[in-house]
Amino acid sequence: MNTPLMHYLVWPLVKFLIAFIIVQVLVAAMNWIERRLLGLFQARLGPNRVGYKGLLQIIADPVKFLLKEDIVPASAEKVAYFLGPILPLIPAFIVFCLIPFGPPPTFTVTRVNVGLLLILALTSTGVYGIILGGWASNNKYSLMGGLRSAAQMVSYEVPFGLSIVGVLMICGSLDLVTIVRYQETNAWNFLPQIVACFIFLVAMNAENNRTPFDLPEAESELVAGYHTEYSAMKFAFFMLAEFSMMIVNSCLMVTLFFGGWTLGMFGIGLTTDVLRHMGMFGGILGTLIFVTKVMLFMLIYVWFRATFPRFRFDQLMDLGWKWMIPLALGNIFVTAIFILAGQERLMYWIGIVSIGLAAMYLFKPKPKRAAAPGKVAHAS
Amino acid sequence: MSTLTKYSDIPYTGPAPTNREPYVPADAEKMNARGAEIASRISGVTQETGQDLPTFVVDKERIVDVLRALKHDLKFTLPLDCFGVDYPRREQRFDIVYQLYSIENNERVRLKVRVGEGESVPSSLPVYQGLNWFEREVFDMFGVKFDGHPNLRRILTHENFQGHPLRKDYDPAQRWLLTEEGVAKIIPQIDPRFAQEEAESDFERVTLNLGPSHPATHGTLRIVVTLDGETIVGADTEIGYLHRCFEKMSETHTYQQVIPFTDRLNYCSAIINNVGYCMTVEKMLGIQSPARADYVRLILSELMRIGDHLICIGTNLVDMGALTNFWYLFQPREEMYGLIEACCGARLLPSYLRIGGLAVDVPPNFLQMTQKLVDSIPRFLDDVDKLVRTNRIFRDRVEGIGPISAEDALDFGFTGPCLRACGIPYDVRKANPYLGYETYDFDVPIADGGDTYARYLVRMEEMRQSLRIIQQAIDRGLPTGPVIVDNPYVALPPKSKVYNEMESLIYHFKLIMHGIQPPVGETYFQVEGGNGELGFYIVSDGTKNPYRVRVRPPCFAIYQAFTKMITGQTIPDAIAALGSLNIIAGELDH
Repeated sequence: MNTPLMHYLVWPLVKFLIAFIIVQVLVAAMNWIERRLLGLFQARLGPNRVGYKGLLQIIADPVKFLLKEDIVPASAEKVAYFLGPILPLIPAFIVFCLIPFGPPPTFTVTRVNVGLLLILALTSTGVYGIILGGWASNNKYSLMGGLRSAAQMVSYEVPFGLSIVGVLMICGSLDLVTIVRYQETNAWNFLPQIVACFIFLVAMNAENNRTPFDLPEAESELVAGYHTEYSAMKFAFFMLAEFSMMIVNSCLMVTLFFGGWTLGMFGIGLTTDVLRHMGMFGGILGTLIFVTKVMLFMLIYVWFRATFPRFRFDQLMDLGWKWMIPLALGNIFVTAIFILAGQERLMYWIGIVSIGLAAMYLFKPKPKRAAAPGKVAHAS
Repeated sequence: MSTLTKYSDIPYTGPAPTNREPYVPADAEKMNARGAEIASRISGVTQETGQDLPTFVVDKERIVDVLRALKHDLKFTLPLDCFGVDYPRREQRFDIVYQLYSIENNERVRLKVRVGEGESVPSSLPVYQGLNWFEREVFDMFGVKFDGHPNLRRILTHENFQGHPLRKDYDPAQRWLLTEEGVAKIIPQIDPRFAQEEAESDFERVTLNLGPSHPATHGTLRIVVTLDGETIVGADTEIGYLHRCFEKMSETHTYQQVIPFTDRLNYCSAIINNVGYCMTVEKMLGIQSPARADYVRLILSELMRIGDHLICIGTNLVDMGALTNFWYLFQPREEMYGLIEACCGARLLPSYLRIGGLAVDVPPNFLQMTQKLVDSIPRFLDDVDKLVRTNRIFRDRVEGIGPISAEDALDFGFTGPCLRACGIPYDVRKANPYLGYETYDFDVPIADGGDTYARYLVRMEEMRQSLRIIQQAIDRGLPTGPVIVDNPYVALPPKSKVYNEMESLIYHFKLIMHGIQPPVGETYFQVEGGNGELGFYIVSDGTKNPYRVRVRPPCFAIYQAFTKMITGQTIPDAIAALGSLNIIAGELDH
């Protein structure tokens, strides 16, 4: 049972397969959930023809993608064109090996002590596929989509990475399991690192080209951006990669800021030790907690999409370079000061106060709409 | 005698129209006097009396001077229209008609230049740049050349099209095989502001086609842009992809049969087009539609205006990525079409109006249904307004985008919300009230800036004002009486009478076979469409078919300014600005 072969090869492979299947189910489910939920937001129905409440849409879509004619533009650069959709898939799948879904060691595929760095390195390669696809299609819209995507992903990679630094400083480790275990004995990281959490939320939207950062595929401007010329399964690959990356980023969000598979703080509640005491059931419970949290963040993606208009490219860049990066650097600076002073727990108050202020802003009584709106003057 | 009556028991006692009587407008005397006044101030014009507008015949050599004098001395700052009429039996067979409007004095004027075959007219672009596309259209349709026009090529028809379709001797049955062969590529002219950088830059500029089949060009528009990065350094527009020969087709149909064609002009507010066309013919016939018909026309016009603005704002927001608002705005529009369906059975293209009134009476619960709509629409408007107007991303996307100054807007012939967004409160409903708009209390919203945001605000507020008008109308109650004039030479008798009474059958037959025959003459009438002044100019030769129908589509004037508005901005800006102009291809391309 514990031969090195089993330990290093067979078990990880089995676990990876299980994780892979779970993630693929999540992707498919997410597709359906997003469409139904958007329907709810937008006062319409969403898919409801195939199966109960349109649930079989999950199967109908891939079948359609598989059976559709795969059109390759005559003037496309063939090799790069084929690589385009495949490249983003590879890192999206590998990354799942590194994410702890439940209490270790049973419910993690591998445990790498520089896991976070590895994840960052892998996810940032996804952009190559988009650039290649955009360029190889020999279409101006695709090219512009690819270029936008490249600039955007490179720009937002910086605040994305910087926002994590604060967490690393507090937890003192790049190992995701250690980070989660730190959070269950202290507070979840979104409290001391509320600013980083917010930056991470925005940057992960930008990384995934989701509204309001969906400029690379802005359908009203660039037709479909980098995947304009892709059809059938190749297009599905792009979609698959996008949804997988959404799940990866949600997983990271949960792991880094929201306590991973645990449901407790300051050593109280469903911590890893409590879950381990429950044996196998505890592990599955932890995984379920993790998946639930991940799905919550997936819903936030959908919520964003239903709410916001799209940025303009220069505004997007302004936001990234002029606001997000300085903010992230400032966060690191402040965190460093607190750590030097040995007063890390004081930082919780930052989070509590920020959440309080946000709540006050959200629930403050709104003034009634004035008869004449701001700029419009009346003349008769 | 009693069998002549159609919709009431009161016998029709008016005169029977005898063919080919000259048309005498109701206010001909007043217009003659005003025309004489203007003629005394402008030299080189010959007044044409007996018209519904002060009308002058001008020598073609003098036209630019006369236009300049009218613009500067008499404040005719808004060029409304320029079009042709063909009289092949005359020696100088073409009338090039200019129509101008003065916002300050609230008056219109019509100029006619007579030219013969092969002659050309000096271009009026130095005075009004807004006549650019109108002159191109005259060239396209009649083959009259304009000297000094910088870009005199076909506009609505294909480049390889042979002949000039609106000439009377053009055979509409001809077919042309039109391919891309030999068609010059459109290469946008680089704006002088960016011409310098080109030489210094190492980077190649890209020319990109937006449309005619592009997600943001609702309808079929084509914009060719030259890009430096994402900045538009040069742009050109090409239209005509949806040209359906509205004007030519009208000449071979009876007056009544033209109504469905008008539906398809601005298909987002079809009833307003119906109203404009029917009222023009009614003006010519000298008849007044019954109070009940006017009342319904007014309510449906305002609802249609709301629907038009809902589409404009909804699609504009979709183009900016705010997809949800689209459905919030389409929900009330859907219900509005439900009301129209209850009235006449059709939704998008109702053709509900008839010359002289309405096709059928409204359903008994018309007012309740309207009240329900009026009560429900504000909620959707407020939802969207709250969702986008406080949204920083939206504000950044629209403020200062696609701006046009008030002077330019006037010069380009802007009307409607786009002009009002520049701060000029011109609204046909206030300036030349029809359908009894003068008895309703409403404001004309204006905004300053002339940018996309101003246009959004104006449209939003206009919908609220339209709701105000409808609410007042509902409070007054539905007038009783027939919905169509009691005139057997205009309106079809009801079927029950056709089957039972000889005279009714004869009138029915006569109207179907010989149509409505207005007196000989010409007239122009304008209504406030969803996008601005929608005018119809009709020439009648006394027969059942109109001799010439000219529609003044507001989009046409607005869209020609588009390239100017977007040069120097980025593609997303251009898309946002395009949405806010509400270009409806059906109207743009006639």
